[in-house]
Amino acid sequence: MWKWLHPYAKTERVYQLAQTLLPWFAVPALTLLSIGVIWGLAFAPADYQQGDSFRIIYIHVPAAMLSMGAYLGMAIAAFIGLVWQVRTAFMAMMAIAPVGAVMTFIALFTGAAWGKPMWGTWWVWDARLTSELILLFLYMGVIALYGAFEDKQSGGKAAGVMALVGVVNLPIIHYSVVWWNTLHQGATITKFERPSIAPDMLWPLLINILAFGLVVAALTLLRLQNEILRREGHRPWIAQVLTGKTSSSNAKGPNHAV
Amino acid sequence: MNPRRQKRLFAATAVIAVIAAAVGMMLYALSQNIDLFYTPSEIIDGKDGTRPQVGQRLRIGGMVVPGSVSRDQQSLAVTFSLVDTGPLVTVSYQGILPDLFREGQGIVATGVLTSPTHITAQEVLAKHDEEYMPPDLAEKMKGIKHVKPETMQSGGSQ
Repeated sequence: MWKWLHPYAKTERVYQLAQTLLPWFAVPALTLLSIGVIWGLAFAPADYQQGDSFRIIYIHVPAAMLSMGAYLGMAIAAFIGLVWQVRTAFMAMMAIAPVGAVMTFIALFTGAAWGKPMWGTWWVWDARLTSELILLFLYMGVIALYGAFEDKQSGGKAAGVMALVGVVNLPIIHYSVVWWNTLHQGATITKFERPSIAPDMLWPLLINILAFGLVVAALTLLRLQNEILRREGHRPWIAQVLTGKTSSSNAKGPNHAV
Repeated sequence: MNPRRQKRLFAATAVIAVIAAAVGMMLYALSQNIDLFYTPSEIIDGKDGTRPQVGQRLRIGGMVVPGSVSRDQQSLAVTFSLVDTGPLVTVSYQGILPDLFREGQGIVATGVLTSPTHITAQEVLAKHDEEYMPPDLAEKMKGIKHVKPETMQSGGSQ
């Protein structure tokens, strides 16, 4: 049943898969991102209470959602890597980590920039803000732990355990505004009822969320290729890929995929 | 699935489950300390059987009672009442209020409880809800215009 997945334990296949998928993520990512950002920042109506300051939502919410989504992806990769001992899964984990960390930082930074004019403070130690900060520390811990090992395979295992343990933080972030009273407001769109945002404000937001997801995916694919090149540099197929893709195509059948 | 993988699968799942349970119990035990603020009824009726002491430094969060905002004409001093479901707590504050401060707005104030129903605040933060809509829609749906207290005196409608 899962036999078709087995070739993807090989770095060469994963490298080529990433190569094939990259344009399919990168092109829509840039298109949707420019549509969403311009629509949201310039053309969506201003909020009745917050005026134009509310437009930070178009960066803040997608970044925050993707900071958690990327963490989930990283943890799933870590789980696969730990249980099935797949090297490429650890590589994928380390490809996602810095991208997710940047998303978390963007979410925290735009949140602070939004908090100052609206709430009256850059930062407050409420449950939502604190748990999101912990998410950033988790990302940095995973990256640092991986970097601390000379042997990248054992580094991957150690960082994988940490990534897996940190998954506990995700429901805490999401439900923090429900379980405790916080300065941060509750969920606007990720709830079962109708989103509490006007439709002409919602559309650019949804487009931006999708665009951020595609950006994260595209960056992850790029980083995954780099990670493979860095760790597998001694393999003959890499030399073939790097010296010229055209010459490698006759050596092996489905080798080039551009 | 071979036995070694099964063992690892079990170990990884167990690690997540145990940590989740541990963190869950920890947060449950700490739950009242994680709350950012007391609500006015928690200050007056107590929270889990303990009432905040006079002189205690705390945060309060509630809605500004419409009509309760009174400003000193000479200084930045302002007093207003906060409410959640029952009793009122009065807050006095000297300083610049956030832009979102208006009657009916959620407010979080940090200060010292000077009497059982009065707080002298050093910091006032505005809490906004998760609803976003254009002004004309807000007027239609809520039937209220959100206007700041200052503009209300000079001929605002409601």
